[in-house]
Amino acid sequence: MARLTDTNLAIAREIIGRYPKKKSAAVPLLHLAQEQDGHITMDAIRHIAELTDCTPAEILGTCTFYEMFKMEPVGKYVVNICGTLSCWLMGGEELMHHAEHKLGIKAGSTTPDGLFTLEHAECQAACTEAPCLQVNYRHRFRVTPADLDQLLDDLSDGRLDDEIPPHGTLGRNRQHIPEDRWVRPVPPDQVTEPPGWLTRNEETAS
Amino acid sequence: MSAGGNYPWAAGYYDDGDRPQIVTSRFKYEDSYTLERYLATGGYEGLKAALARTPAQMHDEVKNSTLLGRGGAGFPAGVKWGHTPQGTRPRYLVVNGDESEPGTYKDRLLMELDPHQLIEGCLIACYAAGLSQCFLYIRGEMALAHERVARALNDAYAAGYIGKNILGTDFSVDIVMHWGAGAYVVGEETALIESLEGERGMPRLKPPYFPAAIGLYGKPTIVNNVETLSNLPFIASNGSAAYTAIGTETSPGTRMIAVSGHVKRPGVFEIINGSTTFRDVFYGEEFCQGIRDGHELKAFVPGGGSAPWFVPDQLDLPFEGRPVGAAGSMLGSGALMVMDETTDIPKAAYTLTRFYAHESCGKCVPCREGGTWLERILARVCEGKGTDRDLAQLYEVGASICPGNFPHAASERLGLEAVPFPYKMTTICFVGPSAYAPVNSALVLFPEEFEAKITKRSIPVSAAVGGGQ
Ligand SMILES: Cc1cc2nc3c(=O)[nH]c(=O)nc-3n(C[C@H](O)[C@H](O)[C@H](O)COP(=O)(O)O)c2cc1C
Ligand code: SF4
Ligand code: FES
Repeated sequence: MARLTDTNLAIAREIIGRYPKKKSAAVPLLHLAQEQDGHITMDAIRHIAELTDCTPAEILGTCTFYEMFKMEPVGKYVVNICGTLSCWLMGGEELMHHAEHKLGIKAGSTTPDGLFTLEHAECQAACTEAPCLQVNYRHRFRVTPADLDQLLDDLSDGRLDDEIPPHGTLGRNRQHIPEDRWVRPVPPDQVTEPPGWLTRNEETAS
Repeated sequence: MSAGGNYPWAAGYYDDGDRPQIVTSRFKYEDSYTLERYLATGGYEGLKAALARTPAQMHDEVKNSTLLGRGGAGFPAGVKWGHTPQGTRPRYLVVNGDESEPGTYKDRLLMELDPHQLIEGCLIACYAAGLSQCFLYIRGEMALAHERVARALNDAYAAGYIGKNILGTDFSVDIVMHWGAGAYVVGEETALIESLEGERGMPRLKPPYFPAAIGLYGKPTIVNNVETLSNLPFIASNGSAAYTAIGTETSPGTRMIAVSGHVKRPGVFEIINGSTTFRDVFYGEEFCQGIRDGHELKAFVPGGGSAPWFVPDQLDLPFEGRPVGAAGSMLGSGALMVMDETTDIPKAAYTLTRFYAHESCGKCVPCREGGTWLERILARVCEGKGTDRDLAQLYEVGASICPGNFPHAASERLGLEAVPFPYKMTTICFVGPSAYAPVNSALVLFPEEFEAKITKRSIPVSAAVGGGQ
């Protein structure tokens, strides 16, 4: 575990190929590593560094800036309860207390069975549907304490497996650019001319 | 757990009444995000109309529409595209889909429910401004938006709308989906570019790093918000005159707003720009239908967590930048948060200040240290452990981030006159001032609520409250 598998390596190479500079792929590749292992390992950091012609320290530096990257194992389900103004106005704080009580843990920790990690979260762009939460970055709206109980039970019993993949997986599909349609990125310093359509049109316009 | 809104798949979105719909016209369809539905409802016609013009003509059309940026600053898109330096290539488009300003909820809906409209907008922008590659940056915590946008991109590539020789012309451009990993400050355009280069998402100093001049990989880069770009298919299809026929001269078209908090019907609405007022939105039947039963309006945030607060005195202001600025706040990202008389004002300010303090990237001292100080002092005051010295200290810390008079609303109740926008700042970006904005609003407009929480006192609260002004 931890270096990218062959399948993921192929995906990583495809992602890197879309950018004019390899390092731009750092954040998407860290997500890929987290999808594979559930969190970020140092082996994955080293592998991503090799793939992007960076040092491991550079990739680690990028990685640690972003809250979604977990350097330690977390639960299969990361439950983020929003506490920013709109959700706080509508009972987000009570919802958090209820979750802590129900799961028997404090926000910021993981249940002993490794199923749930509970986190304080900030605005999730769903403020009209307050209070809201996300499970592995999938929204739940206007959540009452009873809703929360039901949700946790459903997750424990696997009833939401089709809808909510384990922590690390974001979109369950990926962008794929077909070979015959692809313009391809060019290293920025190798481009000096305006795109063809622009000059052609400027000529016809004048 | 049932969401609000007229449609189960569009949480919070209401389209009652007969307002014009420019960007939300497909939200009523359950399959709005598919290529089939898009094509059946006029999709990619704007692109064809753009390609029938020269890029310069299309650019002029956007300039004439006075389409204002929807990311927060409200800068005209057509003018921004013209700010790239002559002769420097390549030029890039970076789409800002990092929506995370507290209270803001619109770009996520546009990406989830009408990704093709956004893609078409990106294509029109690239054509008109001569941009050679587009990066569509989606906030990390939006799994559904990732799925919908990736699928839409794949379908649009396969159908010949993106990539090489689009629709059989020589117009060729790639759109690459990119995604973040949880950092509010990355929404700031120079931080967005750093993040897209694979770096820690810290803002760059402006000048010299204005993206239009020195952006992605040091090359000219246009950064536009998702909603801004989603307007382009309409403008290309119908022309700028059809766009400016809606709204006012200085704020044409429509804009999306989200109203949250203590209203009867919180929701996302596409409103007519410029002329609709806050009162229309909070009390109108087709909008929020009033403050929740038995309660009354105490204060509201008019333009996202960074915006200074308004009170009922400002209800009749329209969604127009200039008068709102003169009244002491900003329209920002179309995020309205409503508080009724039960709201604990210092605690409400605390939830916002905590947000900005946590999201500080740490690059400037006044934001990194000041934000944390504000958060700690407010927490202490909210717990009833503060002294009146703490209130003076809040003003002092605020003055170290924003020297001089900080904007605030007028209040007839307190006999206060407005201090207009903008403010001076000692920080690189607006995160620092944003940590202070809620504190200043709460202290200035509701001094008695702080007074009530102070049990230990050394000097009269009135003197403390005037302290930093
Ligand atoms: C701290 C901070 C956060 C921001 N967050 C966002 C955001 O999430 N989405 C957005 O579109 N603009 C955001 N902006 C504004 C952008 O910097 C930029 O002005 C905008 O994307 C330009 O697009 P527009 O001209 O189309 O509005 C933010 C600005 C600051 C200072
Ligand atoms: S104001 Fe705050 S978030 Fe913005 S650059 Fe400075 S430290 Fe970073
Ligand atoms: S405040 Fe909770 S989603 Fe915006």
